[in-house]
Amino acid sequence: MATITVKRPKLTFLEKLFIPTLIKGLRLTLSHGVRSLRGKAEGKEQLAAGHLGVTMQYPEQKWDSHLPEYYRGAPALVTDELGRERCVSCQLCEFICPPKAIKIIPQEIPADSEWAKVEKKPQAFDIDMIRCIYCGMCEEVCPEQAIYLRKDYAITGTSREEMVHDKDKLYEIGGQRIGLVNKWNDLK
Amino acid sequence: MLTILIITLIKIIGFTFLMILPLVAYSVYAERRVSAAMQDRVGPNRVGIPFTKIRLAGLGQPIVDGLKFLLKEDFTPNHVNKFYYWLAPAFVLIPALLTCAVIPFGSELNLPFLDDPVKLVIADLNVGPLFIFAIASLSVYGIVLAGWSSNSKYSFLGGVRSSAQMISYEICLGLSLVPVLLIFGEINLTDIVKQQSENGWLLLPVVWNETGFHISAESALLWIPAMIAFFIFTVSIFAETNRTPFDLPECETELVAGYHTEYSSMKFALFFLGEYAAMIIGSGLIVTLFLGGWSLPFGLDQNFIGDDGLVPWWLGLAHIGVFFAKVIAFIIFFIAVRWTVPRFRYDQLMKLGWVVFFEAALVNIFVAAGIIMIFK
Repeated sequence: MATITVKRPKLTFLEKLFIPTLIKGLRLTLSHGVRSLRGKAEGKEQLAAGHLGVTMQYPEQKWDSHLPEYYRGAPALVTDELGRERCVSCQLCEFICPPKAIKIIPQEIPADSEWAKVEKKPQAFDIDMIRCIYCGMCEEVCPEQAIYLRKDYAITGTSREEMVHDKDKLYEIGGQRIGLVNKWNDLK
Repeated sequence: MLTILIITLIKIIGFTFLMILPLVAYSVYAERRVSAAMQDRVGPNRVGIPFTKIRLAGLGQPIVDGLKFLLKEDFTPNHVNKFYYWLAPAFVLIPALLTCAVIPFGSELNLPFLDDPVKLVIADLNVGPLFIFAIASLSVYGIVLAGWSSNSKYSFLGGVRSSAQMISYEICLGLSLVPVLLIFGEINLTDIVKQQSENGWLLLPVVWNETGFHISAESALLWIPAMIAFFIFTVSIFAETNRTPFDLPECETELVAGYHTEYSSMKFALFFLGEYAAMIIGSGLIVTLFLGGWSLPFGLDQNFIGDDGLVPWWLGLAHIGVFFAKVIAFIIFFIAVRWTVPRFRYDQLMKLGWVVFFEAALVNIFVAAGIIMIFK
């Protein structure tokens, strides 16, 4: 590589004086300030901002309607169109889960049940939301399409116990999902 | 005698603790809000009255910040020189607060239950600016001591830079003021403001009366050296108070936090208070010397002052308001510059101080003296 000598820009006398550039800079920052105070900051519609600047006032205003299709929020279990829990307790998600957040206790479905053919269901299904990293591996690995990442992101609690989502809570978030979803749609 | 003592005490408490210190707290708030506005952000806008939903645009923030500083753990690292480490924060704050003794923050108050009008300056010294320079330059000891006693390289570099910076800017600070004192022929700050109230501000030497605006040839010519002095003095005050673009002693990008890297809790808060107090006193000094202190522009005060030379009480109160309005406007200017101009490189700073401003201030003295001589 040849050495490239960078030519320093030739400054005019006024630029060397520093004062005009100072005024230019002040005009830029102050114009931003005035526009921000008048609630006309650049690009604020796009960011759905509050009155000041381009910042959204979070708890009052939320980004929910802007969340993209592929957003990965809290993982949740779903039931099918007949209200049967889809999870068959194969424990693949438990094994793939990188932070080991999922704990499943399987249970046999009794022979006289309507869904005896399915054989297994989870007795307990806990996801520790303190450990969960929202990677979506469980969703990807599930052969029954029973676990999905939903768009819930504000998962809060006042104790560690509260942060563990049990089966009821997971079905409450997940709800019902009708029909099969082709998870790898764009790869087909 | 007793009344004089009580009045002085009221002035000290009223001006220093009820005006300057809250102004310090709220200039921190202003700094955060103004910088946020300039960068299209919001800044602290949540803290209002506790336990209610009233937010007051975040005006409760400084009080909460102060409480936080009081409640934080006061941590002294093991490797420091304890005596100087404890001494340094006080050395920064106290000189800054001491200097406000000579700043006239209002003309005078005529109270009906007192015989003499109360002069609104804590100490009416005849050597005002000299007193301020003498005391204000002490605060650099605090910074140097903090840097040295912290026994850490970042603090040490901050302290060394601060002393070098002070040496190169104290000279311009003093020299740039000489033309101003020549023009006024006076070194008492109260009398300097009184002159400006009669003849128009130093930077706005226009007087208004029934026949219209007037400007004398002498003051028009003297406006040029006054303006140069104003510029040099303002830049030097920026350097003196360690504000950007001259905040090399604390310079976050290079020195972590500079001289107060090892400080926490209230000791850090004292540095912080001292820095902002120095900024307010600096603004007060600039306003007093160049922008007419408490006086209204165009010599308008003269219309309201009675024939006996007494200032009516409402004008006395208005003068306090005018002074603080000017100081606050100048603080906003300080803040705007901080969030506009990038930091100078160290050698640029030295060059600016020694090669440009020192010479310019020297020449300026002769220009001012020449103009005054012509008109004598």
